[in-house]
Amino acid sequence: MTFRRFAIYSAATLVAAWVVFPLALITLAAFTPRDTLYAWPRPIWPGTFTLATMRAFLGATDVLRSTWNSLVVAVMTIGMEFLVAAPAAYALARYRFRGRDAVQFLVLATKMFPATILAIPLAVAFIRWGLYDTLLGVALVHTALAVPFVMTMVTGIFVAISYELEEAAMTLGSGRLGAVVRITLPMALPGLAAAAIFTFITSWNEVFAASILTVDHRTLPALILTSVVGGGGGAPLDYRFAGGFFMIVPALVIILLIRRYLLTLWGVTLR
Amino acid sequence: MVRSSRAAWAPYLLVLPTLVFLGVFIVYPMVQAFVLGLTDPDTGRLGAAPVRQMISDLHFVPAVRDTIVFTAIAIPLQLALGLAMAMLVQTRFAGHGIFLYLCAVPIGISDLAAGLIWLSIFTERGYLNALLFAAGRVAQPAPYLTYDQPGWLLAAVVLTEVWRATAIVMLILLGGLQLIPRDYLETAHVFGAGPWRTLRHVTLPLLRASLQTALIIRTILAFEVFAPVMMLTGRLLPVLAGESYLWYSLYRNPHVAAAYGTLMLLVSGAATWTYLRVLRPRPGEVAG
Repeated sequence: MTFRRFAIYSAATLVAAWVVFPLALITLAAFTPRDTLYAWPRPIWPGTFTLATMRAFLGATDVLRSTWNSLVVAVMTIGMEFLVAAPAAYALARYRFRGRDAVQFLVLATKMFPATILAIPLAVAFIRWGLYDTLLGVALVHTALAVPFVMTMVTGIFVAISYELEEAAMTLGSGRLGAVVRITLPMALPGLAAAAIFTFITSWNEVFAASILTVDHRTLPALILTSVVGGGGGAPLDYRFAGGFFMIVPALVIILLIRRYLLTLWGVTLR
Repeated sequence: MVRSSRAAWAPYLLVLPTLVFLGVFIVYPMVQAFVLGLTDPDTGRLGAAPVRQMISDLHFVPAVRDTIVFTAIAIPLQLALGLAMAMLVQTRFAGHGIFLYLCAVPIGISDLAAGLIWLSIFTERGYLNALLFAAGRVAQPAPYLTYDQPGWLLAAVVLTEVWRATAIVMLILLGGLQLIPRDYLETAHVFGAGPWRTLRHVTLPLLRASLQTALIIRTILAFEVFAPVMMLTGRLLPVLAGESYLWYSLYRNPHVAAAYGTLMLLVSGAATWTYLRVLRPRPGEVAG
């Protein structure tokens, strides 16, 4: 083995370990008995594993209800995301029109306004609009936050599907909409599924807006945040570790599912 | 691309929902953030009362300082590590696919969960102390996340964010690296440039656009750092976003909360402008 290869493999192993190690630790903590978590000396490897820590977390007040809320918000977000972003992505991919660059720039610029800035004024507006403390309100904000990412992703997907196929369908008597629905959409399906999955994880993870915009209808991250730092505050360590583990489980699966699209997500197309 | 002008209105109709949506949920609240932050809550008229209240608060100066110090430390680390990761993937070693997947996993992990993960390491009876005890370095658990350990508080948050958010930098830079033609690197090699000179004089200049994107996105998000700080330090390390959250949910004052939001927006804007100026192509240089 040459020195160069040795250096590459050592560096890669080191970096991979840096990423994976904390994930292994939180997984370990989520199945460590509560007593061990508070014990001193504290063993790194627990003598026994237990499901009690996870069960206690899932049985804690409001956890299951907030998980359900998070899922509802995520599904609503995906639905609205496609209604809002897919037609525009199609237009950007298929038409050359005046103002196209401006639209593209505007959409990308929205990447720069995170929930942290938008949530407070939206809370004030939502109280007036009757959307405060509703799952729909949270989903609307999550939809807006995911628009730039989904737009770039879906535009790339449509660009990759040859327009000639749609033209061929139209020559054979199909209308434009029919051609899109019967030709382009089925071909775009895997990519669109990846976009939906990415939207899901964005919504599932978002904590600031969800905490500001809800009171009783907490999503899971909002619930965890308020039970750690909120008025009652100070949830025990086992609750925090189990919660942390529970939050990352979808991420592990989801990144695996959409790994092919990771590069396009950030606005860069390759190959 | 459609060339016919038969349905000239079609693209406008298709982008309309997006524009309306972004108008209502991004542009309107942005303007509203300024208005709220500059409205006197007592009289309902425009005035600097919330801004004065924000500045005179005892957490204001530490929040500004800690946010800036955090950003100044975390961003260079993320950039260096992200570049190293991307270049490792680009060497196409056997197994680079799995490596890329592993390095990308944190993209799907929320900042909240990342904070909890590193809490399990840095808490008093956490993995760090367990490891130090196993190595015979400590007899009693040493506290890290307490008010008299500002260095550790900051280090814990920096490590958490470097661990979680470097993946985004890596993906952006990887996209940029893949656009650099192989010939350029080979030419540099033929003319006797070592790896260091190639990086400095070929790769980095051609990576300018990607570096700029990565810097802008990461810096803006670093100024908004929130959940890891809350999970690891509570309010022991005050930051701008944390103060905004507490002013809204604890003190029930959306005006001061919005003033903090506006401050973050202005600081992010200034940083973006600086990057665009500093990293613009110089005369006689090929734009990356």
